[in-house]
Amino acid sequence: MEILDYAFMQRALLAAVLVGITAPAVGIYLVQRRQALMGDGIGHVAMTGVGLGFLLNTSPVWMATLVSVLGAVLMELIRWYGKTRGDIALAMLFYGGMAGGVMFINLAPTGSNANLTSYLFGSLSTVSQSDVTAICLLAAFVVLVTLGLRRQLFAVSQDEEFARVTGLPVRALNLLTAVTAAVTVTVAMRVVGLLLVSALMVVPVAAAQQLSRSFAATFAIAVAIGVTVTISGTVTSYYQDVPPGATIVLLTIAAFILTTALATPLARRRARAAAAARAAGDPAECVIPASREPDEKVGV
Amino acid sequence: MTHPEESVSEPVISLRGVRADLGSRPVLRGIDLTVNHGEVVALLGANGSGKSTAVRSIIGQVPLAEGEIRLFGTPRKAFKDWARVGYVPQRTTAAGGVPATVTEVVSSGRLSRARFGVLRKSDREAVRRALELVGMADRAKDSVDALSGGQHQRVLIARALAAEPELLIMDEPMAGVDLASQEVLAHTLEEQVAAGTTVLLVLHELGPLEPLIDRAVVLRDGCVLHDGPPPKAVGQHALPGHDHVHPHEPIHTGLLS
Repeated sequence: MEILDYAFMQRALLAAVLVGITAPAVGIYLVQRRQALMGDGIGHVAMTGVGLGFLLNTSPVWMATLVSVLGAVLMELIRWYGKTRGDIALAMLFYGGMAGGVMFINLAPTGSNANLTSYLFGSLSTVSQSDVTAICLLAAFVVLVTLGLRRQLFAVSQDEEFARVTGLPVRALNLLTAVTAAVTVTVAMRVVGLLLVSALMVVPVAAAQQLSRSFAATFAIAVAIGVTVTISGTVTSYYQDVPPGATIVLLTIAAFILTTALATPLARRRARAAAAARAAGDPAECVIPASREPDEKVGV
Repeated sequence: MTHPEESVSEPVISLRGVRADLGSRPVLRGIDLTVNHGEVVALLGANGSGKSTAVRSIIGQVPLAEGEIRLFGTPRKAFKDWARVGYVPQRTTAAGGVPATVTEVVSSGRLSRARFGVLRKSDREAVRRALELVGMADRAKDSVDALSGGQHQRVLIARALAAEPELLIMDEPMAGVDLASQEVLAHTLEEQVAAGTTVLLVLHELGPLEPLIDRAVVLRDGCVLHDGPPPKAVGQHALPGHDHVHPHEPIHTGLLS
């Protein structure tokens, strides 16, 4: 495999695998709590972080992490104390984040909109060694949280009110989910770009749902789809010279279409199996009592 | 679990002068409510009378403007022993945005007894027992998406029972529940009450649970209107044509009786 001979491709593939694991691992909880677009919002806020990174001449990855974590915490606080219209407050946060990014990067002596583009749409070939170190550390945190606290996060994302009565620290877990999502956005930023990050959090989960009945299986299938599309997208972009972010997202959507097509016969087979299991008990279909004649006169 | 520092005479739930607002609208205007050990108390009232808000203030979901709430004798803010409380929120579905099996949903109810969220063998057995109590053990591995409305409610109740609570708080457990499930739920509750569980439940009408209820508290406009024996059916409910569904009795309609 000549593709592995290049150091930049080794780094790119490592980053791609980590994104393939982490994005769906966090995304599943966002989808479960019906906040599928939260990743998109954080992506917008992270742009301000990238801009600040250039302006202050620090690492854009770490600065984006800091700013998107702050943004995610702010979004969670708006959700709690939603006195004003929550969606309006979030919209201002999103667009403010985007505008801040463009402003800061143009103020920076070394920055231009061209730099920003590599963060918006991903730029695997420019992933540096220090980027990879950052991505590895952040990905380890995300995996630790999403797997280690899976039961707690499941309970809170499934039914927040009930989770409170089990004594779980609901607010702390909500904040942790938001922070983990923000960290994932910056992990994925170099690979698929900030504008497409949310797709990799949501679409593999949506594709996995077509096939699975349990949360555990959805989690496993979503991560498997995530890793498959990020690796194949990266390899395709190397050989065909197409942008990796867009390739990965289009492959993810193709995976969704594929699992949806597979789901129909699967659902039919399960329905048959369920009907067979029920056959011993009560009938699944309406049965007209034998004593009742079709021409029976019904007195009114 | 024994709690020697508490006497049985200590009320399980006690509300004193509780006021709560939703936005700027007062929903509870000074409510007193006591539920003693082993009692089954129904909270009744029309829509908007504040009965759901009262229950949600007890579990800490609604902040108090004034007054005091105690659970097992401890002020609610200091109360940490949530494994003793089983809660059934007002829901029409047990499903979230991602598929989950019946067992996965019910296991959440065991987290209050599981240290660090690790479910041991005994915890899994408690989950299985809870599913048996509501007659859903055969659906344990099915997705909750595949269940009927009544079965969703049975899953939500199993989730509350998984922690083996001493106090059950249920918000409209019979809403949208088919007759077969109503019967199962009434029977489940009967068993729990016989085992000494204290129950506070919000109901729209007494219905099939009527024989179990020791005391009814009726709310109107955020005030307690009646606290005593369950009221007899009045008004429209007492009309001969009104169909009271009592699963314990043979089904009869008002027109024939």
